[in-house]
Amino acid sequence: MTELATLPTTREEDWRYSDGAYLAAADPAAIRQWRTLDVPAGDTHGESFTFLEDTSGTERLRVSVGAGGTFSCFAAIASGRYRRLELEVTLAEGAHFEFGGVTVGGGDAVQEFVTRVIHAEPHGTSNQVVRAVQWGKSTGNFLGRIEVVRDAQKTDAAQNFRALLLEKGAAANTKPELEIFADDVKCAHGAAIGALDDSAAFYMAARGLPPEVARRLLVQAFIGDAFAAMADDEAREAMLGHVLEKLGDAV
Amino acid sequence: MLKIDNLTAEIDGKTILNGLTLDINAGEIHAIMGPNGAGKSTLAYVLGGRPGYEVTGGSVSFQGKDLLDLEPHERAALGLFLGFQYPVEIPGVSNVQFLRESLNSQRKARGEDPLSGGEFLKLAKEKAALLRMDMEMLKRQVNVGFSGGEKKRAEMVQMGILDPKFAVLDETDSGLDIDALRIVGDGINSIMRKPDRAVLLITHYQRLLEYVKPDYVHVLANGRIVKTGGAGLAHQLESEGYETVVQEEAA
Repeated sequence: MTELATLPTTREEDWRYSDGAYLAAADPAAIRQWRTLDVPAGDTHGESFTFLEDTSGTERLRVSVGAGGTFSCFAAIASGRYRRLELEVTLAEGAHFEFGGVTVGGGDAVQEFVTRVIHAEPHGTSNQVVRAVQWGKSTGNFLGRIEVVRDAQKTDAAQNFRALLLEKGAAANTKPELEIFADDVKCAHGAAIGALDDSAAFYMAARGLPPEVARRLLVQAFIGDAFAAMADDEAREAMLGHVLEKLGDAV
Repeated sequence: MLKIDNLTAEIDGKTILNGLTLDINAGEIHAIMGPNGAGKSTLAYVLGGRPGYEVTGGSVSFQGKDLLDLEPHERAALGLFLGFQYPVEIPGVSNVQFLRESLNSQRKARGEDPLSGGEFLKLAKEKAALLRMDMEMLKRQVNVGFSGGEKKRAEMVQMGILDPKFAVLDETDSGLDIDALRIVGDGINSIMRKPDRAVLLITHYQRLLEYVKPDYVHVLANGRIVKTGGAGLAHQLESEGYETVVQEEAA
């Protein structure tokens, strides 16, 4: 049986935190489908995803970046019962991949980023920053795999995930996976999950900020890192705006 | 301006304030001194409305309103300023953004028009200069990377910008070197030493009181005020120690 004919289940590693009910009812061909993209050597290409409409769905993008090229992707998942963005990026010599992702949601939403970065040649660099802001019974996930093949010396790969849970009952999952076969590389990963800082909240209230304004400022600061590498100020502001608007739904 | 009557408060079921009574009129500067654990910081936090500090009896009225009935940000809008012993770091939020939002939230609550960006910067520059703080510091993240002394000075800049009616300054003198102490003392005088303002200084040491001359000095022990005097009492405490003075009173 080919992969295309079967539906993924949460028993599969890359789908372990997904919405099982959604997967069971999905169209196998659609869910296994990859969109492909080639970034020619020396070129720079950017993609951005903003999921705002209240529908579930999955998206898969397979990108091959030529020598010295750059692929940047920025994404905000701010809606849907189940939303997943999966990226597979293969980097040629000296190529760079930049990813910034934010999930923000409440209710029983499951929102996830799944990335697989393949450093296939030397001197490639990648940087991934993912922030999750969840409330209600929602879940934000980041599964990030970094593969460095034997010859990809001087690879510099970094991955950072932080989650902010605004309420008890919200959850975040992360699983960094590093497969390194070269011996002269830098691979950094970090993850932290926490709640809003009570002492900061009181400090801000003591200066006159109502709780909802204080929270917006704190969340804005928290997710800012994910979009910091966006070159287009207007696009960054728009994306931040969408995410913060969504935050208005939080209790 | 502020009337505290027979106030009792506890943290985690442990009584810290035990029948504290204190009247502060407009135009007055009061100092509260006392040994560690006497309840000085608790008094500051109870007045500021910090969650976890439970008032179990007594009353506090501020400008004729029941202070204890208000949320922390409402107390600030009414003109209460709490200077923190340990100012909180807020990564990702600049002082300028924080203070402009704070001031405009307070103004909104009072039915006043918000300050524009230009108007705010002019005000911030003026107050920073008063405390001899570089404007560049105000562009940095709130208290992040500030030394202990810089944090305290920044607190006073905040106070200057927010322009409160009444300030509770909790050990604002700790962590300051001699020059900074003088600058902060001068700042308190020029911002708050006015007929329609009042200050409650909480301190361990007499040295700040050399610069900010109190009209009244109170000794706090075991959650209540055990002795009240003029500025001279601070000198007596400094030379004789709390124990002697407190025991004298009990005898």
